[in-house]
Amino acid sequence: MSTTHPSPGGGTLATWVRDLGLGIRFAVTGGREGWTRTLLTAVGVGLGVAMLLLAAAVPAMMGARNDRGYDRDYSWFNEPPKRTASTVLFAPADTSFRDDSIRGLLLKADGDRPVLPPGVEAMPASGEMVVSPALKKLLDQPGSKLLRERLDYRPAGVIGDQGLLGPAELAYYAGSDKLVARSQDGSTGNATRIPHFGRGESKPEPLGGVLTMLVIIIVVVLLMPVAVFIGTAVRFGGERRDRRLAALRLVGADSRTTRRIAAGEALFGSLLGLVVGTGIFLITRQFSTEVTLYDISVFPYDITPGPGLAALVALAVPGAAVAVTLLAMRGIAVEPLGVVRKATAQKRRLWWRLLIPLAGLGLLAPLFGTVSQEDAGVNPYQVTAGVVLLLVGLTTVLPWLVESVVGRFRGGPLPWQLATRRVQLDSSAAARMVSGVTVAVAGAIALQSLFTGVQSDFVTATGDDPDRAQLSVSQSVDSGAQAQRVEKAFADTPGIRDVLGVIQDDAVQGNASTLKSEDITYATLVVGDCATLRELARVGAGCADGDVFLVQDPGGYGDMSFAKPGDTLDLNTPVTDKYTGTPQPWRIPADARTARSRVSPDGEQTWGVLATPAALDVAALPSPSVRLMLRTDPGSPDAVEHARNTAARIDPTLTVFELTATHESRKFTTIRRGLFIGATATLALIGASLLVSMLEQLRERRKLLAVLVAFGTRRSVLGLSVLWQTALPVALGLALAIVGGAGLGAVLRTMVGESPHVDWASVGVMTGAGAGVVVLVTLLSLPPLWRMMRPDGLRTE
Amino acid sequence: MSIGHTLLGLLESGPRHGYDLKRAFDGKFGHDRPLHYGQVYSTMARLLKHGLVEVDGIEPGGGPERKRYAITEAGITDVEKWLAQPEKPEPYLQNTLYTKVVLALLTGRSAAGLLDTQRSEHLRLMRELTERKRHGDLADQLVCDHALFHLEADLRWLELTAARLDLLAAEVAE
Amino acid sequence: MSTTDNLMEAVDLHKAYGPTPALDGAEFAIRAGEVVAVMGPSGSGKSTLLHCLAGIVRPDSGSVLYRGRDLTAMSDAERSALRRGEFGFVFQFGQLVPELTCVENVALPLRLNGTRRKEAEARASEWLARLEVGELAGKRPGEISGGQGQRVAVARALVTGPRVIFADEPTGALDSLNGERVMRLLTDAARDTDAAVVLVTHETRVAAYSDREVVVRDGKSRDMERVA
Repeated sequence: MSTTHPSPGGGTLATWVRDLGLGIRFAVTGGREGWTRTLLTAVGVGLGVAMLLLAAAVPAMMGARNDRGYDRDYSWFNEPPKRTASTVLFAPADTSFRDDSIRGLLLKADGDRPVLPPGVEAMPASGEMVVSPALKKLLDQPGSKLLRERLDYRPAGVIGDQGLLGPAELAYYAGSDKLVARSQDGSTGNATRIPHFGRGESKPEPLGGVLTMLVIIIVVVLLMPVAVFIGTAVRFGGERRDRRLAALRLVGADSRTTRRIAAGEALFGSLLGLVVGTGIFLITRQFSTEVTLYDISVFPYDITPGPGLAALVALAVPGAAVAVTLLAMRGIAVEPLGVVRKATAQKRRLWWRLLIPLAGLGLLAPLFGTVSQEDAGVNPYQVTAGVVLLLVGLTTVLPWLVESVVGRFRGGPLPWQLATRRVQLDSSAAARMVSGVTVAVAGAIALQSLFTGVQSDFVTATGDDPDRAQLSVSQSVDSGAQAQRVEKAFADTPGIRDVLGVIQDDAVQGNASTLKSEDITYATLVVGDCATLRELARVGAGCADGDVFLVQDPGGYGDMSFAKPGDTLDLNTPVTDKYTGTPQPWRIPADARTARSRVSPDGEQTWGVLATPAALDVAALPSPSVRLMLRTDPGSPDAVEHARNTAARIDPTLTVFELTATHESRKFTTIRRGLFIGATATLALIGASLLVSMLEQLRERRKLLAVLVAFGTRRSVLGLSVLWQTALPVALGLALAIVGGAGLGAVLRTMVGESPHVDWASVGVMTGAGAGVVVLVTLLSLPPLWRMMRPDGLRTE
Repeated sequence: MSIGHTLLGLLESGPRHGYDLKRAFDGKFGHDRPLHYGQVYSTMARLLKHGLVEVDGIEPGGGPERKRYAITEAGITDVEKWLAQPEKPEPYLQNTLYTKVVLALLTGRSAAGLLDTQRSEHLRLMRELTERKRHGDLADQLVCDHALFHLEADLRWLELTAARLDLLAAEVAE
Repeated sequence: MSTTDNLMEAVDLHKAYGPTPALDGAEFAIRAGEVVAVMGPSGSGKSTLLHCLAGIVRPDSGSVLYRGRDLTAMSDAERSALRRGEFGFVFQFGQLVPELTCVENVALPLRLNGTRRKEAEARASEWLARLEVGELAGKRPGEISGGQGQRVAVARALVTGPRVIFADEPTGALDSLNGERVMRLLTDAARDTDAAVVLVTHETRVAAYSDREVVVRDGKSRDMERVA
């Protein structure tokens, strides 16, 4: 044969081309069976490719979103520009409707050639607005009556795509003639003047060390199972292929030729998979406009992988397919009369399998305690290589674990015996089947522990107490009387049960007009009824209208030494560092009592002079602001919308805050959402591959199943054995995933300087999710099992 | 079957009396047709005449035939020649079964029916042979197998013929 | 032959797979301890008849009486229980579970019936010895020859002490010598335990191990004993 003398065609390259071509021909012309196998591989590889392309598109996608975000940015940190024909006045008027946030901007052109935000063709006239398509749709819905009342502008156009972050973004630009440029000292006016939109040269801040590490690990953890999945997909239908190759050996092909032919088949399957994957990718991205996951929506054309990454996918996938096939063929010998598996003969050794994760650990260990959020200097290659090696190490240890654990099982109930014997006979197939789950779950556990470790850095307790009040509003007003009108407007709002309102101003020393500016000290002046004051300080049950309370700053910074009972304060507080105007003295009553501060429902610790309305006439306050805490009626879910409408009527720029107990850093939230999206997709992919391997295994055993049915075997026996057969390797895989994941998690936590503690809750959740996939796969494979258990399988004989 | 060669072959393992020879022959080859004693006598006389056997001794007890025969060198050569010579395959071209099948075809009768009845009859004999095989020694098994394979061959020919005839009939009917 | 003597009796069986009828009014009867060969050309419905008799396939019409009970009226669970308890099976191919050892394969029907593992495997070992393959007990089916495998399969069919053994081309994949051995061991054992054997075969020499034969042709059966 050609091992001893070169085959016709001469050069090795020519031989390769010939044999690969032959393999491709087998993949195409192999009849129904051959096509089934090729299609299975193609769909499997296709799913993986689509996932890879999607991942490759993420940087570009985020980049495009960021670019558009910067192009429309209105932050202005320079000196206010001179009014010209192109300058524009704006005021942010963001709002929320139910769970959606709406980006809003009030605009007023200074001249006849105003600059326009991206995506807007003409400046909306006063009382008009341009809206994003998604907001237009929302406004048109019958349930959006409250929002229509709030955004009471005539729609005059639609914001183009280039002015939006994503297709589902809710945004509007409204024209307003009420905008007045803010004065130099900020005491008058309500709008900012800008010469153009877009921040120009300013770039996004870098992610920081910890976040960079998080992103790297998320990408590794999500893509590793995809790689494992592609490796599994090119082996779909392997046993049948081996039989066909054996037939080729019989007619004279040598073992190298059969290997190359097998590689050709896999190559064709994965090339087809590349096409299928690109198709899936193109189709799914069309649907991207329909999908809003965790508040993120993207335009289809944003999901475009960079050419380098796309080329990498296009080359790596078929290359990996050929490599995996050749590697798998090393373990077996295709003889003319059948296939001999070499691998089972010798016992697996542990030591070299442990070297891989140890190498990973060796790469990560020098980084212990060195990664911090302030320092962006993380070597991404070292982190990536370390994590990849640790996770790959799990897949190399897994076959050893399966073999040595399952090898010990003897006897047991019949379904258990059938299952254990099956796994014993081919433990590497079992290990291969679950290596994807193992890597995914281990990675997710590690990530979760890292998250819980670092989230205290990113999630801050707001101090809000949503039990005592649910909404808060703050607004500067012109006069105490106006403050009372605002308070009343909210009190009359449907769904608002109770309004806790105070009117606030500042006071300085009584002789402030004679002091140097650096000696002037401020204290807060708070006017409210006893019920409201009780939420701010421990004023006691004896509070009555006319009382005044003096509250020390629990933070220790506020100075109350000039505000003792009987002292005189000046209500005319300077706006700039120079005292202006005439003093406006007010004397603290001699019977003023002291009280301790208390955390208010909106999370603040109020201090200063707390007065009831009879003690201090609010009409006298020179620059009052109103601070409201609203209690909503639990039976009225739209209370917050009504409150927002009330706010919009008073002032479109007035914001109603919902009080929540915690606040997460926005960047952190985005990463976390990305992780959830990815984990869901990865688990679905793994479930799919498990199901395919399962069905394939069942189909190959069709005849045997029919014989067992003839024997009178109960369905439950076979169903249970199928369950055990999957559950056993998965249980071992999950056990390894827990150990490996918790270990990796501890390593990662040590790297960012946290204690290496295991987050058992996330271990439970992730293990549960993995186990859930197995149960689902078993359930899904039962109907075909029942179908195969019909006696038709005997008929072929 | 050449009785002369068979008896010569039996003598190769050692000298025997004529009576022994008959018994050995019947036991190994003559299940259906035992040798007449006279046949043994006349055959041995012929072999003596050709120098293929010799008289090894005569039993003193008297009686007509107490001779012990032994094979000669020429006898051994003769046996060798006989075993080495291939048997002419018997064509079985003209037997009753064949005649019946042809007649069934000519008269438009069902070949399948003929097959089933004939197989039933064959099977009756084959069952007897199989039963004998079950209890017999190796020689029994060998001779029964010989017969069984021939009977089976008959039936296989019949089956094939029946299938062909049915095909033919179908073609004619079209 | 009176009906009451029959261990199993099938009347007017009809069964079609799609448009083609596999059985078209077939009849069958067997007594205890009897070996009946089912013969006929390929595709004639031999195997379908066996599947109907064994309760693996429910005929479209007709009845299969086993000890006075109609199999066609039983539920799938009842028929399965009957197959586990009263019937034994030998097929041509693919019948040994490849991952189980020979003794575990033979013990399988006992364990399906709820026998404890130790006892099941002890009885399985006895049957392996009786079929002259006792030394293969710990081997897997992939490590033994076809003839040995078929003897293991016979041991498995006999281990529960079935009343009826269904054998579908049991020697189909074997050479003559191994085929003879398997047939001899099978019929000897059946005779010893007074079990009936339904033997589907196309080989007359194998059929010669039967007591009588039934010919199936175009889905119709012909009992050659009654004809004769």
